[in-house]
Amino acid sequence: MKSKSAAMAIMGICTLYFLVPIWWLVVGATKSRSDFGNTAPLWFADVSLGQNLGELFRYRDGVFLRWMLNSVLYTGGAALLGTILAAMCGYALAKYRFPGREAIFNVVLGGVLVPATALALPLFLIFSQLNATNTFWSVFLPSLVNPFGVYLARIYATASVPEELLEAARLDGSGEVRTFFTVSTKLMFPALVTIFLFHFVAVWNNFLLPLIMLGNERLFPVTLGLYTWNSQVNQLPELRMLVLTGALVSIVPLVVAFLLLQRFWRSGLGSGAVK
Amino acid sequence: MTRRKPAAAILFFVLPFGLLFIAFYLAPIGYAIKQSLYKVTRTGTFGPAREVFGGLEQYQRVFENGPFWSSIGRVLLFGVVQVPVMLGLALLLALLLDSGLVRGRAFFRLAFFVPYAIPGVIAAIMWGFLYSPNLSPFTAVTKTWDLLSADLVLWAMANVVTWVYVGYNMLIIYSALLAIPQEVYEAATLDGAGPIRTAWSVKIPLVMPAIVLTTVFSIIGTLQLLAEPQVFRTFSSAVSSTYTPNLTVYSTSSIPNFNLAAAFSVVLALATCVLSFAFLKVTQRGADK
Repeated sequence: MKSKSAAMAIMGICTLYFLVPIWWLVVGATKSRSDFGNTAPLWFADVSLGQNLGELFRYRDGVFLRWMLNSVLYTGGAALLGTILAAMCGYALAKYRFPGREAIFNVVLGGVLVPATALALPLFLIFSQLNATNTFWSVFLPSLVNPFGVYLARIYATASVPEELLEAARLDGSGEVRTFFTVSTKLMFPALVTIFLFHFVAVWNNFLLPLIMLGNERLFPVTLGLYTWNSQVNQLPELRMLVLTGALVSIVPLVVAFLLLQRFWRSGLGSGAVK
Repeated sequence: MTRRKPAAAILFFVLPFGLLFIAFYLAPIGYAIKQSLYKVTRTGTFGPAREVFGGLEQYQRVFENGPFWSSIGRVLLFGVVQVPVMLGLALLLALLLDSGLVRGRAFFRLAFFVPYAIPGVIAAIMWGFLYSPNLSPFTAVTKTWDLLSADLVLWAMANVVTWVYVGYNMLIIYSALLAIPQEVYEAATLDGAGPIRTAWSVKIPLVMPAIVLTTVFSIIGTLQLLAEPQVFRTFSSAVSSTYTPNLTVYSTSSIPNFNLAAAFSVVLALATCVLSFAFLKVTQRGADK
């Protein structure tokens, strides 16, 4: 009995630690600028969330909505396309024997240990040789590559796609590529969701690449946009409420998506970690 | 049964990723190494700049650069404290979730995981407000300790990183715990082991691979610290433009001195690889015994 209450107490305290900052953000984003500084920070005053949102979406010709759209394209687009590419490569490494297979796998595995931030500066130098910095592609294209996804895809393909099934598909006259897209991807689907989530978070958290690459604010992802607003708060205090409201708006879709997809994290991480 | 060699299909599967990997992973690494071996010279003070081969001159400057090495020392100190605290908490929460002592497991799992959905920049902005004495809801704390002062700001950032990543690491360890077969516990119970004894001598050794994995990822993450200190520069003057190694790379590239910045990048990437590889080797040796 005693250990049960101790366990519940620890869980309760940790819940407060993890959720109070988010609660504070939700409450703060509903307040007017003067209420934000003068009322109890953890409880609602007059609700002016609508005004804050209106101001956020109108500020500088609606640049915030543009940032949100950019983030969807950079992170969602790159993660979706990158997952397909990683799945194809990992699948081939798992299911076919060909010269250079182990060499390719080892080089890709080495790539997992190279941190993405170490690549940002050289990527900038290469893109500036091509006069292609400060473009959508300069952030999007490098974000497509996810060696960890190839590693996971190889493990999952080995575990979840039986050889007999591939042989049966071959006897039916199905081509290798068609078999991959119609049969194998279905078997690998939960794993693909996990790879997608990993990739999504990696791109979403890669701050140095857009910071170094982009100068035009209409190309910014929402993280970089909110960062620039926040660094101007001392000169333009009215930006503070926009930063808070923008932070809330930008994380709500993600929190919802992550919670809905949580079972994929667990199943995927379990097999990835134990392997 | 003879196996056909579907060479065209293999190329189709491997090439798209392979080409992008070469263009945006291998080529930048090669280019950074090349750039780090060059230097810019001018004839006279205002003459045209020329890039000439400089050998290891940039690396010599990296090794003589005091602020860079103190930034490395800073993130190592950060890692030595923050990584064990974060993973210890993650392990404790995972064991509690798995122990049968806790009701409402689904709720706690979700609640602890929520911060992971928040990108580092935005988490840092939120906590920056929470630490600011005139905005914080925790005035009792912020009035006693100035969390944004030179002494404490490193640990204030450690808290942000811990807050974001505990739930994620907990989930990795928890899924490893779920994969342990029930028979193992039955054997432990027959031997008369209590819950704490079981956790210590059965569960923790069995989830060691997951803990090693999360430690490697945490080491890499620590050496790459960028978003949090970059954001905290707005809140605290104690965070300089060379506070972490990656901030040094960024500020050197905006001078701009690309050759030196490339050398910083190469040294940092090497240090990261060596450190995570060494950790993997050491823990493997420990496991083989």
